[in-house]
Amino acid sequence: MMETNSITLTTMRDPEKQSTWKFLISELKPKGKIFTPFNIISAPIILLGVILIIIRFWKGLGAVTNLTQEVPWGLWIGFDVVTGVAFAGGAYVITFLVYILNSRKYHSLVRVTVLNGFLAYVFYAGALLLDLGRPWNVINPIIGNNFGTSSVLFLVAWHFLLYMVAQLIEFSPAIAEWLGARRAHKILSIMTLAAVIFGITLSTLHQSGLGALYLMAKEKIHPLWYSEFIPLLFFVSSIFAGLSMVIFEGSISQRVFSNQINEKNHKSHNGILISLSRICAGAMFAYFFLQILIFIHEKRWEHLDTTMGYWYLFEMIGLVLIPMMLFFQGYRTRSLALIKTAAIMTMIGIIVNRLNVTVIGFMWEEPLRYFPSWMEIVITLTVIFTEIWVFRWIIRRMPVLSDSPAWVRNEE
Amino acid sequence: MGLDRRVFMKTLGLAGATLALGKSTGMASKKDDPTEFLGLLYDSTRCIGCQSCEFACAEAHNLPEPKDYPDPEVVRKMDENRRTVVNAYNTSQGEAYVKEQCMHCNEPACVVACLTEAMYKTKEGPVIWRADKCMGCRFCMVSCPFDIPKFEYHSTNPKILKCDMCYDRLKEGKIPACVESCPAEAIVFGTRRELIKEARRRIHENPDLYKDHIYGEHEAGGTGMLYLAPVNMDKLGFKTNLQNSSYPALTKGFLYSVPSVFVLVPALLLGIHEATKNNHQTEDDGDE
Repeated sequence: MMETNSITLTTMRDPEKQSTWKFLISELKPKGKIFTPFNIISAPIILLGVILIIIRFWKGLGAVTNLTQEVPWGLWIGFDVVTGVAFAGGAYVITFLVYILNSRKYHSLVRVTVLNGFLAYVFYAGALLLDLGRPWNVINPIIGNNFGTSSVLFLVAWHFLLYMVAQLIEFSPAIAEWLGARRAHKILSIMTLAAVIFGITLSTLHQSGLGALYLMAKEKIHPLWYSEFIPLLFFVSSIFAGLSMVIFEGSISQRVFSNQINEKNHKSHNGILISLSRICAGAMFAYFFLQILIFIHEKRWEHLDTTMGYWYLFEMIGLVLIPMMLFFQGYRTRSLALIKTAAIMTMIGIIVNRLNVTVIGFMWEEPLRYFPSWMEIVITLTVIFTEIWVFRWIIRRMPVLSDSPAWVRNEE
Repeated sequence: MGLDRRVFMKTLGLAGATLALGKSTGMASKKDDPTEFLGLLYDSTRCIGCQSCEFACAEAHNLPEPKDYPDPEVVRKMDENRRTVVNAYNTSQGEAYVKEQCMHCNEPACVVACLTEAMYKTKEGPVIWRADKCMGCRFCMVSCPFDIPKFEYHSTNPKILKCDMCYDRLKEGKIPACVESCPAEAIVFGTRRELIKEARRRIHENPDLYKDHIYGEHEAGGTGMLYLAPVNMDKLGFKTNLQNSSYPALTKGFLYSVPSVFVLVPALLLGIHEATKNNHQTEDDGDE
């Protein structure tokens, strides 16, 4: 994945020299080395995943998944959609800090986080199409001949769609800069604030909405994870889930794409991570406090001394309380190692939490438990790897981590 | 729910008309009151476990005939090939049978879950599934407290299968196939109100035979399918931990918050944005 050529900046079109079409075609060629360890691992998996996806549409869902009549939603919903969208929460938190609180110091994070969020929605919400038994009818709730407006899923589906548009608008100035489209750039930049406000509003509703999907499955979810407050818990945890992802992804990008990042942003990055760790710790404290309130309110003591109870304690203490303290300690001692460890632990905690609600704690009393098939896992990896490929393609071409072209700064 | 809205609009319209035209129209509104849901009353004490209902159901819906039979040792389940099953249980009152199928809830979770209105509560009461609308997301299966809807996992054009109270037969003026075929008169078809009255009468006349409980009268907010049994329903493989309020009520609070979030949050965000506009300089060297 490491870029080895000496050209440090992305190539952007100079409107005077090149036509848009010629430029686009020249941009399609791969940049950077082809045989990197990441490519060698991901390419065969993607290839296998594509074959499995074909089998899935050819033979039906049962051919590749272990889903049953009792457990109709498995890894693809529980991990790809529910967990993936939580990790994409960084986009609304960072845009909130930068555009709403006017904290300019996080500005260098905006583009890459929004891009990450946008791609996460495209790919992980897109993975939903794989899970639909009758995907050709996906248009029904959108074109309006069948508005099931009382459905939480209707709300979530529309929000995904609208939020993708909002994120595309937020990101579009980067595309305009890449294409050298100065007029479009001007118009699109004006729309940013509106898109941000709209996007944050949508995020509060669909991050919680993903939790609300499980509200009607009251008796099916283990009582330690079911509560009427699932939507609130999902929303609050999406704040630190997203920020942990920003910290994690940022640390990797800083190394992999180091030649794209200017000296100033390179230096300020550590400071940004330290500030973010404080926000993470704060959000996690609120989340932990909420969990304790719910635990007492719902009288869950009786479930504590069981296998699921230990698993619950491990999640709450090992993957919420401890990373929260690590974030706080990392902030106090300005230790990046602590902060990165905390971010990884938090991300594992989010995966565990979302899977506990959607898969592990779902139908927990059934004697025959659902476990994803290797094919479901390969297809999930395919979705993730393809997203990383597209992400890398864009990073190497558009001014996401690198600076905007000179004409943009002149306009400002 | 589609029906509630319709009823509401109708009532609203009729109320207006009544005000304008006087009493006579008000009487008309009572006559075509569509809230009288149809339902089935199943009496476990009468059932002989002969599976006639299963065969009739398979025939009515072009499904393969059942090959196994009720056995206290095994729990038979509905699947994509059978919409109803009869199970046998050893109870304190001897061997007892119980028929399972869609409960046709008054306020069905599956219908509220459906974002394409493919799952649909008809005004007559049966909950039906409409192929041309369904996108196969299986949210109905996740939401149904009775785990009724089944999905064809091994089909490229999968359908959701469940009992539809023979809705097509009802439209032709016939009664559901299982009711018609039952030689023991264990299943009665009628309006839910009549059935509850009938069930009460049976309990009253034979208090020793029946448990004093009509399963489905209150469960999950009331269901179209009603059960009488000699023992508690949990002895017959039924869930008794279900709530008595309707399942759609569980998401009501969340859905009701949506409009207020859409009004309040953007205004709040814009306000904060304006208030912090001039903070650039101080924030830049902030807490670092």
